[in-house]
Amino acid sequence: MSPAASLSAPATAAPADERTVLALSNVTKTYPGTPPVHAIRGVDLDIRSGELVAIVGPSGSGKSTLLHVIGTLDRATSGTVSVAGYDVDDLNDKQLSSLRSRHIGFVFQQFFLLAGETALDNVADGLLYTGMPLSRRRVLAEHALDQVGLAHRTSHEATKLSGGERQRVAIARALIGSPDIILADEPTGNLDSKSGEDVVRLIESLNADGTTIVVITHDHQIASRFPRRVSLLDGEIVEDIRIAVSGDPR
Amino acid sequence: MKASLEPSRLAPADMMRASLIGLRTRRLRSILSGLGIVIGIAAMVGVLGLSESSKSELLAQLDQLGTNMLRIEAGSGIGIGTGELPEDSTVMVSRVGPVEQVASISETGASVYRTDLVPEGQTGGITVKAVDANLLATLQGRMESGIFLDEAATDLPVVVLGAVAAERLGVTDGAGGTVVWLGDDWFSVVGVMDTLDLSPDLDRAALVSYSTADEFLDHGGVPSTIYVRSDPDNIDVVRSVLPATVNPESPDEVEVTRPSDALEAKEAADQAFTNLLLGLGAVALLVGGVGIANVMVISVLERRGEIGLRRALGATKGHISIQFLGESLILATLGGLGGVALGGAVTAVYAWSQGWDVLIPTVAIVGGMAAALIIGVIAGLYPAMRAARVSPTEALRTL
Repeated sequence: MSPAASLSAPATAAPADERTVLALSNVTKTYPGTPPVHAIRGVDLDIRSGELVAIVGPSGSGKSTLLHVIGTLDRATSGTVSVAGYDVDDLNDKQLSSLRSRHIGFVFQQFFLLAGETALDNVADGLLYTGMPLSRRRVLAEHALDQVGLAHRTSHEATKLSGGERQRVAIARALIGSPDIILADEPTGNLDSKSGEDVVRLIESLNADGTTIVVITHDHQIASRFPRRVSLLDGEIVEDIRIAVSGDPR
Repeated sequence: MKASLEPSRLAPADMMRASLIGLRTRRLRSILSGLGIVIGIAAMVGVLGLSESSKSELLAQLDQLGTNMLRIEAGSGIGIGTGELPEDSTVMVSRVGPVEQVASISETGASVYRTDLVPEGQTGGITVKAVDANLLATLQGRMESGIFLDEAATDLPVVVLGAVAAERLGVTDGAGGTVVWLGDDWFSVVGVMDTLDLSPDLDRAALVSYSTADEFLDHGGVPSTIYVRSDPDNIDVVRSVLPATVNPESPDEVEVTRPSDALEAKEAADQAFTNLLLGLGAVALLVGGVGIANVMVISVLERRGEIGLRRALGATKGHISIQFLGESLILATLGGLGGVALGGAVTAVYAWSQGWDVLIPTVAIVGGMAAALIIGVIAGLYPAMRAARVSPTEALRTL
């Protein structure tokens, strides 16, 4: 596993276990209906600071539901979820928003970049709901764009960039506030294999710098490259493998 | 379990920026939906501005003509009077204290024609009246050309024409020495009057002096109408004593009116019309509001992905609803500004073309903007609530 101890942990994070950023205990999510749909059943999952985890499974296995529960966009039906040391059950809707604005970064398959805005401002939007002034966010955004190798694209309109570049802008947006965890939902799903490869390498290198990243994918090939692979099937974890890799992605 | 979280915050400048995104990226649609508000507000501002400008014109006119004029006529109708006032009424009226000027008019019953060849009866509706030499001054009228009947020419065959009479007789220049056939003699036209707003019946009249009427038309000079200028502060008192002064025996047969009342009545009628147009403006505004609401609802449906992203970035439901409400408000405000500008421009151009003072009442501008803002809030409220209720997980599944 990569030596991530150098990660400067957010000041607010002081969980019982210093390095656990995500803890799921016996989490279920059931959608009401006839019959009810049990999207996830009894999931236990601990993710520590600095980890790079692939959650892999076929479509319908509950990956997206799990991502939404981890990302606090949805609440579990039962079980406990703790993110960055906060017990999600104890937080109301506003507090969950606040948790997302400061502690969780999202990367989506469809990028979700705002049209009519530059790459820089799209990245700066990553801290939009922290109340930080735009001028400061832009400084941080410039740094984040540099981190994803798009320093030369700051003033380009984000939605007019190539697919791979757009996803890198989205990654920079997730990265800008140095969140405790970045959740990436099929980040290569809309990309050709070359751009997809670039994005996977970027994710690996960001992780090497200490960022905790969870990638959700149906692509076993990508998942197999990550040091930890959690396989999901019918809403249950069927496999959780840690591979002792060199921790030195290219 | 942990120290409390710092709440999500959206700086006001960012709120504005977020609200502008939809308008910037969907320009044509925004312009079209804002147009409804523009038209509604422009209609209201224009109607108020035009009515105010025309009212100011009317007030200026009233000011110029004066509201201190009274008109005395013999009462007419079945069994009432002879259509003539007592012979000495002019003298009697001039003895009333606050009366400043008195001028009388007498119907001669004669007719005037362009030439003696015009068949009798084709008078063109022009009457011949004998009048006092100070009539024009009393009415505060003006000559368009030539002179009024002055003292020097009182018993000569000269005539002054009203504006309409001159036109009908084909007399273009009052000073040109044109002659007309009046009674049984040729009369020289010495002047043509401007239109008289307070006594339009004189516009269609040919005026001669009493002595001329006596000499050429064999007319006795019993007045039928008397115009009185009184001290403005005592006009009501004067008005109340006039009937008995003019005809002590039967004051009921005397009718006293105030010609400026007619102009004020016209103003009241205009006001009713203004209210009708304002109502139409309000309907246009309402339709504009519905247009904005419609566009906003569509926008919320289209931008579910953006809503989901913003929730993921830490936006609360409140932030989302404020963003959409802000968008609707900005749209309505821009529409309101455009409407005020357009309405003002229309008023200015029309008032200018009519030679009026341009007057756009503050209440129209402030009221127009306030109406636009209220419409913006109402139109944006439902879409904003819908946007806030969008579940982030549903929204992110879009596309």
